Amino acid sequence: MSNIGNYEERLKNFDWSLSEKELDYKAGNVINIGWYCTDRICQMGKGSKMALLWEGQGGVEKKFTYNDIRLASNTIGTFLRNLGVKNEDRVCLFMDKVPELYLGVLGILKIGAIAQPLFSAFGEESLLVRMENAESTAIITQRKHIAKVRKIVDKMPFLKHIIVVDYDGKHPLREREVAFSLEEATPVENFEFFPTKAESPSLLHYTSGTTGQPKGVKHVHYSLISQYLTAKWILDIQENDIYWCTADPGWVTGTSYGIIGPFSLGVTQCVLDSGFGAEAWYKFVEKNKVTVWYSAPTAIRSLMKAGEEIIKKFNLSSLRHLASVGEPLNAEAVVWSEKVFGKQFHDNYWQTETGSIMISNYPGMKIKPGSMGRPFPGITGTILNPDTFEPINAEGKIGLIAFKPGWPAMMRTYWNNEETYKNKFKNGWYLPGDRATIDRDGYFWFIGRDDDIINTGGHLVSPFEVESALLEHEAVAESAVVSKPDEVNMEVVKAFVTLKPGFTADKDMELTIMNFIRKKLSSLAMPQEIEFVDSLPKTRSGKIMRRILHAKEWGEEIGDISSLEND
Amino acid sequence: MNRDEIKDIVLEYVIGEYLEDENDEITYDTPLISGGIVDSFSMVSLKRFLENKYNISIPDEKASPEAFDNVNKITDLVIEFVGKS
Repeated sequence: MSNIGNYEERLKNFDWSLSEKELDYKAGNVINIGWYCTDRICQMGKGSKMALLWEGQGGVEKKFTYNDIRLASNTIGTFLRNLGVKNEDRVCLFMDKVPELYLGVLGILKIGAIAQPLFSAFGEESLLVRMENAESTAIITQRKHIAKVRKIVDKMPFLKHIIVVDYDGKHPLREREVAFSLEEATPVENFEFFPTKAESPSLLHYTSGTTGQPKGVKHVHYSLISQYLTAKWILDIQENDIYWCTADPGWVTGTSYGIIGPFSLGVTQCVLDSGFGAEAWYKFVEKNKVTVWYSAPTAIRSLMKAGEEIIKKFNLSSLRHLASVGEPLNAEAVVWSEKVFGKQFHDNYWQTETGSIMISNYPGMKIKPGSMGRPFPGITGTILNPDTFEPINAEGKIGLIAFKPGWPAMMRTYWNNEETYKNKFKNGWYLPGDRATIDRDGYFWFIGRDDDIINTGGHLVSPFEVESALLEHEAVAESAVVSKPDEVNMEVVKAFVTLKPGFTADKDMELTIMNFIRKKLSSLAMPQEIEFVDSLPKTRSGKIMRRILHAKEWGEEIGDISSLEND
Repeated sequence: MNRDEIKDIVLEYVIGEYLEDENDEITYDTPLISGGIVDSFSMVSLKRFLENKYNISIPDEKASPEAFDNVNKITDLVIEFVGKS
């Protein structure tokens, strides 16, 4: 029997108070996610239950019970407090998927500070703009990433502490740097967590914007109410499950459903801190007897590419429920997963700003392969006419996905950017920026973004950010960045570039520019292809017409080009 | 160009381009993709380097994470295609 039971029944008289009641929360009370994920579970008598099974490079393992993660988060929280970190200070986490990342988020939340996880593959420019926007007080990082921080530290006078979790003493630490070893620190038993309330800020996740710099999405401790119940009903996590969320906590899935959801439910989750490899992943499932697996379409398509023979080498019979998020899961992948695992992947839809899953295929509900499913109980979702912002009450018509604001995990604002936040609402609806259709059964079908943002492997990349970085390369005169189709990542970044006089457009130049962007921004933002052109299509007012280049890449109609500048 | 020369060139390139911690040491057998040193997106630039350097063309179906997982395997791949383009 699934946790959600009958979806249709759950829609009737749904109220978020159901989740509040399960969590013993009453309006106005203290609510601290860090406490809920650790101390509360221990108080429920599950302190000796395994919370985190971690495996790193070379098969190194670490195991943490709920009492261990309670003590570890207390210890990290105390260390930060002793440094002078206060509630609502922003503490950046810039690490691989090491235990300190998971436990650090909980420790930061326990002292009422704001956790700001950033993807460890970010280059120094990506790191800098996000930390500048947040004015982060501290950053917790690893030895392997310290070089990036050192390159930009002089530009961050607000940054007081650079905490290195794996300092080996071989090279001297520099100004503002301090070592912290979770294994060597004395566990802190008695700890007073900060009495955060529902609207106290909890997490700051950065997401790419169409124009301008990345936006800091501010979440609050009350988001727990959504994250707990959606993890329970959609991911169907049950008491004896072994749960594996493959997402990195540098992104929202990795915190909402890689930390908050499973830990608040008091279940055992496992983490594999290594790069992708089909054999390594199947081995991990077999070894840990994973029952609930939450992954991403890009990973699933990579597994498909690796073939079916490899699957026969492993016993994957422990798998009970599969779910996917990040970008639309193609129908073929759903059909494939049923064939090879005997289970279908349940696709769902949400984004950094929504904080929790909004639309999903539910356990026990008929899956229509290729569909995102139906809105979660308590979520009012529809499709709006893009001109009038009125709901389209016709099946199959393309419109803008929209939600009635008010669910617990909804973002509260963009950090230092209230104006952009307000622009996300039209006619009383929140617009995530995607287009879809709804069929006669109420299932949503994803069409695409409503802007130029590129969704590559489930990660959003701003063309503007890449174009700006390209212009910093000495050879680049102008650039335009669009997506191009990709079999595994759905779409990838492609750049059209004109060079300054004196530079040669050749393969070596392409590689040089690719690496320049990779180091400056991230590997996700690195153009997978650069096409050198003599000129870019522009309007008469000089604005680059990205849509023409986009249409060319996707084999679409170019549309109205009356404003195109004539050479 | 012999195998040892290719191995050394690839190793040097990986160290220079992808290793974040200058104090880390890698060998010809260090896992690159599964070890998190080179991610799947960065693999494209590594592939491009090999193609430019050795004037070869590596088909996408051959450029799997497994085939790029260490310097020895990458060297095998390069040798397979040298002279074919």
